[in-house]
Order: sequence, then C-alpha cells, then structure tokens
Amino acid sequence: MIAGISIYEILTVTSFLFFIGVYGFITRKNLISILMSVELILNASVINFVIINKYLYPDVLQGVFFSIFIIAVAAAETALAISIIINLYRQISSVEVKDTEIMKY
Amino acid sequence: MDISYTILIPLIPLAVFLLLGIFNQKIKPAVSGYIGVAGLSASAALSFYTAYQYFFVVGKESGIYKTIVQKVTWMNFTDTLHIDMGVLIDPISIMMLIVVSIVSLMVHIYSRGYMKGDDGYTRFFSFLSLFSFSMFGLVLATNLFQIYIFWELVGVSSFLLIGYYYTKPSAVSAAKKAFIVTRFADLGFLIGILIMGYYTGTFDFETLNNPEGPAILNWASTSFMGLSVITWALILMFIGGAGKSAMFPLHIWLPDAMEGPTPVSALIHAATMVVAGVYLVARLFPMFYFVEDGFALNIVAYVGGFSSLFAAIIAITQTDIKRVLAFSTMSQIGYMMMSLGVSGYEGHEGVGYMASMFHLFTHAMFKALLFLAAGSVIHAVHSNYLKDMGGLRKYMPITNITFLIAALAIAGVFPLSGFWSKDEILVAAFEHNTLLYVVGVFVAGLTAFYMFRLYFGIFWGKDTQYKHEPHESPLSMTFPLMVLAFITVVGGLIHFSEYVSADKAGFEAHLNIPLALVATAVGLTGIILAFVFYKKENELPSRFAHAFGVFYKWTFDKFYFDEIYLFVTKKIIFNLIAAPIAWFDKKFVDGTMEGIGNKTVVISKRIKGIQSGKVQDYAFSFIAGVVILALVFIYLWTN
Repeated sequence: MIAGISIYEILTVTSFLFFIGVYGFITRKNLISILMSVELILNASVINFVIINKYLYPDVLQGVFFSIFIIAVAAAETALAISIIINLYRQISSVEVKDTEIMKY
Repeated sequence: MDISYTILIPLIPLAVFLLLGIFNQKIKPAVSGYIGVAGLSASAALSFYTAYQYFFVVGKESGIYKTIVQKVTWMNFTDTLHIDMGVLIDPISIMMLIVVSIVSLMVHIYSRGYMKGDDGYTRFFSFLSLFSFSMFGLVLATNLFQIYIFWELVGVSSFLLIGYYYTKPSAVSAAKKAFIVTRFADLGFLIGILIMGYYTGTFDFETLNNPEGPAILNWASTSFMGLSVITWALILMFIGGAGKSAMFPLHIWLPDAMEGPTPVSALIHAATMVVAGVYLVARLFPMFYFVEDGFALNIVAYVGGFSSLFAAIIAITQTDIKRVLAFSTMSQIGYMMMSLGVSGYEGHEGVGYMASMFHLFTHAMFKALLFLAAGSVIHAVHSNYLKDMGGLRKYMPITNITFLIAALAIAGVFPLSGFWSKDEILVAAFEHNTLLYVVGVFVAGLTAFYMFRLYFGIFWGKDTQYKHEPHESPLSMTFPLMVLAFITVVGGLIHFSEYVSADKAGFEAHLNIPLALVATAVGLTGIILAFVFYKKENELPSRFAHAFGVFYKWTFDKFYFDEIYLFVTKKIIFNLIAAPIAWFDKKFVDGTMEGIGNKTVVISKRIKGIQSGKVQDYAFSFIAGVVILALVFIYLWTN
C-alpha cells in the first residue's frame, strides 16, 4: 500500500508499460530490442501481480510469490534468447529481423 | 451317394491353368502340352466315373433319377435367399460333363499338333484349361448365381482365346465383338436372376424347379405388362442364353469368333460354350414349362426355329469353311432350342427335351469333329477359303473319311448318331407344332446341302495345283478325329431317353418310321443336289447364284446384320446419345471439378503473401485481433 496512490493510477502505468512493450515488439527491427520489449511486457505483468495482491488481497502472498517465479523464468528465457541470437549472429553476422526471414524455408 | 469328389473335375483344370499361367515362360512347350492333356484326362476319368456311379451304381430311386446336391453357403442375404457354392449332379449335368470332358480332351490332344511351333503354346494351353474349368463349373452349378459366375468366366476365356492371335487386328476386334455382344445379353440374364431372386426368394435350381414348389405354383402372384414377372425373368434369362448360344438376333459374334485358332472354335464355338444357352433353358425347364403355360418356352421355340432357318440359309453362300461351320452350329443350336421349346414334361411328352439333349450330345461330337477336320485341312493348305481347296482326298485320306462321317451324321443319314437325334427332334416338333416341323425338315435339307457343298468343295471339286503339296496331319491331330468319328458312328445307339428326360423318369423312345423316312429323303435330296452342283467344277452354282440375284447377294452378306448393328451403334447411339453425354461430362462434370481446383490455386496465390514468416507480422495480427475482440466485447457489455 502506498499512501495517496490508488490502484487505478498504478494499473494505468502498467498498461502503458505493457503497450509500450507490445509496440516495441511489433515495430523494432533489431532482435535485441525485441527481447527488451518482451521484458517490458513481462515486467508490466509482474507489477500487476504484486499490485493486485497488495491492494485487493493484502492478507495473502500468492501474487508476490508468483512474481518471483516470473522473474526467474524471465531470466532463464532471456539467457536462452540471447544464446539463440548469438548463434544466429555467428551464422549470418546480423541481428536484424529482416535477415532472419531465411529461416522460413 | 457322396459326390464331393466331383468338385475335383473343375478344380484340376484350374490347377493346371494356374500352373501353366504362372510359370508361363519357365515351362517348355513340349511339357506344357502334356500337363494340359494329363489334367484334362484326370477330369475326364472322374467325369466318366461319376456318370457310371450315378447311372449304374446308384440308379433310379422310386422310378426317377434323383438330383444330388452338395453345397456350402457362400453369401447370406436373408433366411431363404442365399448364394451357395457347390455341385449339382443330375442326368443333364452328367451328360454335359461327359460332352465337355471328351471334346476338351480331344481338343487338348489335337492342339499339341495344331499349335506346334506357336509362340504362345503354353499360354494357349493355360487358356484352354481356364475354359475347361469354367465350363465344368457352369455345368455343375447349383444355383442361378453360381451359373452366372461361371457363365462370365467362360465368356472371358472365350474372349481370351478368340483374341489369341492378338497381333492380328481382325482377331482383336472379333474378341471384343464376342465379349460385348454376349456381355450385353448377359445384362438380361443378370436382371432375370435378380427378378427371380426377388420374387421367388431363392436362387436354388432344386427349389425353383420343383413342379409342386412355391416358385412354380405362385407364378401368377405378380404381373407386369400383362405377363407374370416370373415369365419376364425367364425371358430375360433366355436373352442371356440366346446371346451365349448365338441365337438370332444376337448371333453376329459367332462367325467373327472364327478368328480364333481352330481347336478353340471346335471346343468353345461348336461343342461346349455355345450350348450353354440350351443348357440353361434345360436346367430351368420345369419353370419354362409350367410358368404361364409355357409362354417363355414358346418364345424359345420360335427364336430357335427362326435362327436355325436363318443360319442355314446364310451357310449356303459362305466361302470361308470355318464360317460355314459357324453358321451350321448356330443352325443346329437353333434346332436344340426349338426342340426344347416344343417339349412337354411327362413321359413321352418330354421327347423334345430328351431330343434336345441328345442332339446336344451328338452335335457336340460331330461338330467338334468337323471343326477339327477343317483345322486339319487349314493346317495343310494354309487358307480358310474354299477357292484355295479342292481334290484334297488324295492327300489327306483320314481327314477325308472322318469329315465325310461327320457330314453324313449332321445330314441325318442312317445309322449315324445325327440321324437318331434329329429324328427325335422332328418327332417332337411334329407332335406339337406343325409350322416348326416344316421349318425343321426344310433346315434338315439345307443342312445336308451346305455340308456336302463344303465336303465336295474341299475334298473333290477342282484339282487345285498346290505350291506346297499338302500332306496328312500328324497322329496327334488325326487321333482325335478318329475317336470323335467313332463316337459319331456309335453315339446314336445309346438309349438316351432312358437316362435323360424332362421328368427324370426316363421313357422308351421309338423310331417314328414315316417321319424318319421323310427326314432321310430330304437329307438325301440335299446331298444329291450338292453332288450335282459341286462334285465336279461346273457352271451350275454360279448360274443359280445369278438366278437368285439380289437374294444371293443379301445372303452372302449375311442379310447385312453387321451393318445394321454398326449403323445403330455408331450412327444412332454414339452420335445421338453418347456424344451429348460425353459433352455434358466434359463441360459440366469435369468443368466443375477443374474449376474448383483452378480457383483454389488462384486464391492461394493471392493470399500466400500473408504467410510472411516474420514473427512480428503474426504478432501484429494477433494483437489487432485481440484489440478488435476486446472492443466488441466492451461494446456488447456496455449495452
């Protein structure tokens, strides 16, 4: 609970954060930037978990636990994504999305 | 009497067929001939054993020869309607077994000489075995469906053997013609079988043929267009029989079938397969006789009588010796049909039935003999045409004498077998139908005439100078001739009426002396006329031909029946029915299907850009979809 700030303000902020992530995911040309956008989406949802837990159900801690899980999974996922990107870079010397179209075939 | 061993009679030729057919290339021609002959000998021996057991060991029970059936159910439709497979033994099937096995064995032996050096020697024998298997199966069939199956099988083997010289276009088209014409007739047979099965609830010959059975007693229960449905079924079946037996107007395939090797003509198109129609009518004789007072049987009689006259007239003018024999076969089968048609049922009334079967037996022997002798002649002079023959008696004494015996037999000269059977037919016709009797006597005269025209034309007549001097055929070919000639001479002495009769009781047949004298006189007149015309080359035949003018021309061209059929099929059916249907098929049916295919290709080409392979595009579509759905739901909820 943060005094003077209601759940609506915080949810508005996380919504912005979420849609910034979505926008970045769709429009960025660089794989690393896309990965960062995905992180933004994840962070938005993590904040949502914590806030909803704190404001609506203050006597339980599931939301907080779950946010910890998401951070752990996100870390693993990022490591995996980075390794894929590095491998790709070794093959085609580029991290641009348009150069990865070759993988369609 | 346990008759399960009779199943071997058809199965042995089947085994030979498979053996020779599968190992076609591996078996040496000399061996395959012996295998074929050995298989058929075994079947023939079994046939004779069966006949001996049936007639002399078991004999009559309470005055009649029992019908013995052994079968297994093959397909079940309802409680009463099922298709069985099995063997049926009664006097006529025994008689047919004997006929088929003798002629087939003789033809096998003969073919070893006739086909020597031919490329497809083994193939030929395998087809002969296939035919023998099918014919034995047809004879032993226990029900309509079984007979239909084997009916088609003999049709197939006939097709294969007519088209044996498949490099010759005429043989190929003859085979096609035979198959199509008989197949067309078999459509009638099939419909007849189905009607019969539907209205009587059974396919079994035993049940159908029982004169006190429901199938015969209830014939009037349903009628269609003024006739009982059972009568219609019988007429349709007779159409099938008429197609196989080359009755008018379905006869056009038989003369062309002579394109096959001569032994095949002797076996299939003279002695066995072409009498299948007669056998079918005889097999269903109680039905034909009792249903609607023999309406269908009258049709059989008149079709038979007309065919025999029609064919005999054409036979006079033909110059291809095998075609003369083909038309003669058609004429004699017409005789048998006519005889069945005028037959009664009980005791001496059934003389027509007996005479028909008797004539079937004797005719099979002497007509097979005539064909084999003709084959021997063709083998010697390498031509089918009378103009290339003449004076052959000096070169081929055995062929000459056996041919003469067969010709005398078919002309009805005492005491050869043909005399006895023909006399019985004429007796039956005389007692029941004067018109058919007159036709019968006239045909007897014509038969004697054209047969001796053939005989004198081949063996006497002009002294042709041959490039290669013709010589007598080898023993493998003359031996069957002698055997068949022997049977032709003594065959008439069998007391046929005691074994084969419509009611299976047998009766004492007597020679009707006045009728016999009339028939013999007519036959001798025919022979004498032929003697005057053709013994020595002279001007008489051509002068008579001129005297008859246009009628001679018509006869020579077989009354233009081939042309009529061609006109009907090519001009009318092909142009007016088949062509529009083909157009519809191409434009609409095919068009619809192709249109669907083409449109799918066009559409997919247009929309394949969507599948870009970029995750971002997919994500965009996904999120756009989510946003649209969210807006829709918000809109719905707020209202």
